[in-house]
Amino acid sequence: MGVYGPLIAFILGSVFPFYWSFVVASNDDSADSPLLPGGKFFHNAGRVFDTIPFWKALGNSIIVSGTVTLSVVLLSTLAGFAFAKLRFRGRGPLMVFVIATLAVPTQLGIIPLYMAMAEFGWSGTLGAVIIPNLITAFGVFWMRQYIVDAVPDELIEAARMDGCSLLRTFWHVCLPAVRPAAAMLGVFTFMMSWNDFLWPLVVLDAENPTMQVALEKLQSGYYVDNSLVLAGTTLATVPILLVFLVLGRQIVAGIMQGAVKG
Amino acid sequence: MTTELTVARGRGVEPRPPRRADDEDVKVPWRHRLTRLDVRYTPYLFIAPFFVLFAITGLFPLVYTAYVSLFDWELGADETPFIGIDNYVTLVTDSQFWNALVNTLSIFVLSSGPQLVIAVLLAVLLNTALRARTAWRMGVLLPYVASLVALTIIFGDMFGPQYGMVNDILEFFGLGRIDWQAERWWSHIAIATMVNWRWTGYNALIVLAAMQAIPRDVYEAAIVDGASKVRQFFSITLPLLRPTLIFVVVTSSIGGMQIFTEPKLFNPAGGNNGGATNQYQTVVLYMYQSGFQSQDLGYASAMAWVLFLIIIAIAGINYLLTRRLAGTGEG
Repeated sequence: MGVYGPLIAFILGSVFPFYWSFVVASNDDSADSPLLPGGKFFHNAGRVFDTIPFWKALGNSIIVSGTVTLSVVLLSTLAGFAFAKLRFRGRGPLMVFVIATLAVPTQLGIIPLYMAMAEFGWSGTLGAVIIPNLITAFGVFWMRQYIVDAVPDELIEAARMDGCSLLRTFWHVCLPAVRPAAAMLGVFTFMMSWNDFLWPLVVLDAENPTMQVALEKLQSGYYVDNSLVLAGTTLATVPILLVFLVLGRQIVAGIMQGAVKG
Repeated sequence: MTTELTVARGRGVEPRPPRRADDEDVKVPWRHRLTRLDVRYTPYLFIAPFFVLFAITGLFPLVYTAYVSLFDWELGADETPFIGIDNYVTLVTDSQFWNALVNTLSIFVLSSGPQLVIAVLLAVLLNTALRARTAWRMGVLLPYVASLVALTIIFGDMFGPQYGMVNDILEFFGLGRIDWQAERWWSHIAIATMVNWRWTGYNALIVLAAMQAIPRDVYEAAIVDGASKVRQFFSITLPLLRPTLIFVVVTSSIGGMQIFTEPKLFNPAGGNNGGATNQYQTVVLYMYQSGFQSQDLGYASAMAWVLFLIIIAIAGINYLLTRRLAGTGEG
């Protein structure tokens, strides 16, 4: 009815840039404003592999995003568990502090971070990208909110009666109960890390880039070959679209739930 | 057996049992003492990673940026003389900085305004009885997950002045071609379009979630009173969405003040200048240029701190404005 028309229009608008980039990527650069996909995609993709270290960049992005995701989920759950369920001196003020740090834009610290990385000789290494992102205030906050309701106090007490240390309690009682929230935090962390641009651009070089940095290098030549550049962006978009097809449902649920709670 | 309760029930305050005199009794088996140490100190170990990492990668840079901003600190220079607030004085009189600030605000307003309106309308559509609800929601969200750099490059190509698709369409309809890169306001509109394309669906889902939390019976009462759909929207839906709209505006203003990727990649030839006359250079892009191209780290640091203060101020103003605009309800 009257609802589907505007929705379809909106989604066509959402899809169009993807389609358009494929159109350009599959035609000759000299072709004048093509409207339909041509047959040159694999040729142009081959040129991408010759121009930038595409597979290395892809691997680097997977390593960086994978490590960051694993670490954020684990460390945030650990801290969230403590804030939600354990009693210790200073818990309230410390949690307020965690929330306050959400307001500090990390990008503004790139200059001293860059200087520190240069000092330690880490510039150009993946570690320089990974280390500042190992845990986030948002992650701690998100997991705490979930754990408050999801982990019954009785279970923790029972584990304690049985002589479980807190670490074992965390591992055997808390972790299994928080899987849904941890999965969502993981998906969002992965995407954010995958798309991170400013800091990797500052600290990495063209020989050892992440995907986003490699794409920027692809575009920043004197003469811009649009077929080449958009073949690169198309190739780089495929993995994230696959992830979206598999996990899209969870991503939608995560956004809607995050808004309710947050 | 237990004198300490480790478990805080919900958010209720539970009175601590009184300490007993034999608490520190030596006859307590070592195992129990170990447990007591565990209970007392392990929580700090659990939260330590956050605080240690934040201290190293969040707090230290912030403080050190303030320190660096007081020096004439050039990358690779032998000496870095202390110059006090000179960097800040220069910044306030630097027309390029003001230009960048105006550009940033302009792009932010051009993006967040339409975005919010469309997101609310989209949420209304998504809130109807749709077939395949999840598929529609996923479709709306597609732009949000796509690689930011890739899509910025794609949009940059579409807005290209000579061979860009947008200009071809304008010409097809008999309209004039626009130099999206050279004209200041057109470049802002092009960049705002990228931002809107990416974030509208995401914000629509946040608004949708808030809409679904509004109790049905409020609408039923309105229908009984004969309120039209439009009237219901303005008198019930919008006021009850107020906290969510505040949330969306404040988060998008914090993000909008830090916009970097879009202006950086908009025109491959624009480099870090944001166009030949800095027509679409934003503050973070200018900071990047000062720090990593001109290698003037002291000046870039001063800019970082000023931007930080501006972000806090703008988030605050937005909070107050949205509170007032989005309804006259309680407190």
